[in-house]
Amino acid sequence: MHRTGELYGQFQTLEQQKESATLGMWIFLATEILFFGGLFLTYSINRHTYADVFAFSSRTIKLSWGAINTVVLIGSSLTMAMSVWSAQVGKKKWVTFFLLCTLVLGGVFLGIKGIEYHAKYVEHHIPGLGLDMYYCTNNPEVCELSPADLAKEKAELAALEQKVGGPVAVNAHATLFFSLYFGMTGLHALHMIVGAGLLIYLTLESLKGRFTPAYNTPVENIGLYWHFVDIVWIYLFPLLYLIDRH
Amino acid sequence: MRVADHNEHSEHIVSPRLYLAIFFALMILTGSTVWAATIDLNEHFAGLNVIVALVIATCKATLVILFFMHAYYSSKRTKLIIICGFFWLAIMLFMTLGDYASRPWDIQ
Repeated sequence: MHRTGELYGQFQTLEQQKESATLGMWIFLATEILFFGGLFLTYSINRHTYADVFAFSSRTIKLSWGAINTVVLIGSSLTMAMSVWSAQVGKKKWVTFFLLCTLVLGGVFLGIKGIEYHAKYVEHHIPGLGLDMYYCTNNPEVCELSPADLAKEKAELAALEQKVGGPVAVNAHATLFFSLYFGMTGLHALHMIVGAGLLIYLTLESLKGRFTPAYNTPVENIGLYWHFVDIVWIYLFPLLYLIDRH
Repeated sequence: MRVADHNEHSEHIVSPRLYLAIFFALMILTGSTVWAATIDLNEHFAGLNVIVALVIATCKATLVILFFMHAYYSSKRTKLIIICGFFWLAIMLFMTLGDYASRPWDIQ
């Protein structure tokens, strides 16, 4: 089936047809807001209840990768918006170019996410794969801890044990933090992978010159999805990386 | 109804210049949220670090929704759906958090 923007029988005008598509996309996004909202709610309550260990666990994530990824993802939103603009003004080659830029930036984001996950694997911070918050202080050479950082982390862990009632509780609370960390960033990454698939489809269609000022609804709507995924990250970044950094 | 539909939604093309301006605003906000996180604001007011981070994130999200997602130029009907989505989220967050906050957890 080739949809080239002809008017379907149930609509009065092409504009009405396009607005219905946008409206439908936003209704889907409203369900996505609630989908991620449930996770943010769970995170908020647990972070409040187990604040001390959550703060300690949060600080073990590298801030620099998260900040770079924020820039990369917002950049990909810009290129996505530019590809919508290119379609609206009829610059067919630029549609393809900006779609490919978005795809590459999305790939860079997922690659950096992979580096971060690998660091968590090395540090034994993955629930179910032998999570142990004491692994780094016991094996400082594996986690590349400097003597100063090692002393600081040991002191922090000792203080945490006093507060929460022993090493078992520290690891239990940290398991909760990292389950939420991997659950939320994993679900976000899954949305990115779906988005990348959609971008590949758009690029192939765009190479055939299918998107014109008269018909660019798929670019516009997949763009909405891509920006939504960006917004989820805009909230994930401060909540997971930033708020316990000071 | 037909006339109203037609007049309500004439496609607005956002210029690349505005997209770039929004992008730079988002970069500045990202920089300020990272910078704010390195300062201990909680000593002035409990939880201020979280509040500042969430306010900046909400500013960024608003810019993305209004301009990258064209909500600013969309029809009233589409705006209503967008507001509904966030309103439902607010119901979920505030009623649940309100319930948690108001329970006497220390009573056995």
